[in-house]
Amino acid sequence: MFVLVEMVDTVRIPPWNFQRQLNDAISEELNKKLANKVVYNVGLCLCLFDITKLEDSYIFPGDGASHTKVHFRYVVFHPFLDEILVGKIKYCSQEGVHVTMGFFDDILIPPESLQQPAKFDEAEQVWVWEYETDEGAHDLYMDQGEEIRFRVTDEIFLDMSPTGPTAATPDTPAQPGQSTAPPAEDSGQKKEAPYTLIGTICEPGLGLLSWWNS
Amino acid sequence: MLSNYEVFKLLTDLKEQRKDSGKNKHSTGQQNLNTIMYETLKYLSKTPCSRQSPEIIKEFLTTMMPHKLTKAEKLQLLNHRPQTAVEIQLMVEESEERLSEEQIEELIQTVADILPGDPEQENAAPADAEAEWEW
Repeated sequence: MFVLVEMVDTVRIPPWNFQRQLNDAISEELNKKLANKVVYNVGLCLCLFDITKLEDSYIFPGDGASHTKVHFRYVVFHPFLDEILVGKIKYCSQEGVHVTMGFFDDILIPPESLQQPAKFDEAEQVWVWEYETDEGAHDLYMDQGEEIRFRVTDEIFLDMSPTGPTAATPDTPAQPGQSTAPPAEDSGQKKEAPYTLIGTICEPGLGLLSWWNS
Repeated sequence: MLSNYEVFKLLTDLKEQRKDSGKNKHSTGQQNLNTIMYETLKYLSKTPCSRQSPEIIKEFLTTMMPHKLTKAEKLQLLNHRPQTAVEIQLMVEESEERLSEEQIEELIQTVADILPGDPEQENAAPADAEAEWEW
């Protein structure tokens, strides 16, 4: 689930922190920069593991702060392909079952990867597994808050770097009162997650823990 | 790769350290670190890794050596502590071909013996306990 990633970065220590031990000041700056953030193609960064190498600190003209190149290792949440994870069901929607692990939320199990046959109950907004046995069909509901075991099948990283101002769209003619803010459609857009995991529960043993604990 | 236990230990130690130094953890810069630490500790404390120690892990890995499992498989067994054959089949690839039924039973037994389990779960099923378990 977790990996250690070696990274290199230049850390800026402002002058009011010069009285602190260099290692402590650097650890704090690195955690401030990376903790709880997703790095593109790496994963969700949790906390600093250790500092492997500190190069010389330099002060540049015009800026009183010191700049230090640091080689360090960071603990990153990055499950490998086919890893089994346990999470809780956040909610169900037409797109599938959304699972959360507390510290990481964007896990989706699409409808094709649910135990088949499955149907979506519109009234209660839950996915249901129609489990057939000799005695008849049981409807197994995937309720909110239930613990679920799933296998990671895919990961999607989205580059969230800021892009330039959006190009002029047809419905923003030269209206004097209008600001250069993006058109109204953008504010209705969903927030895309920088890191999404796609999972499956289509195997024996996967799915709600209560299904398999006899 | 890190085991859940290593991350759990790292975060608990970091939490102790920050509790002792005390002054600046509420500043806005540290809020992210606090959030991620809190949530991850909350998640990990409900998994088997919270009851593990370096000695237990070493013992587990030495016992696992003859089974010739890959690093990823051993890591998953350590993190999840499977109790049924179905779970083992999920975590070990091609388990039907590589392990016989008795080997799978043996694996479940080793996992249950070496890795400490959830005390609540074990107290709830006294009838299944074997004679050796009575201390």
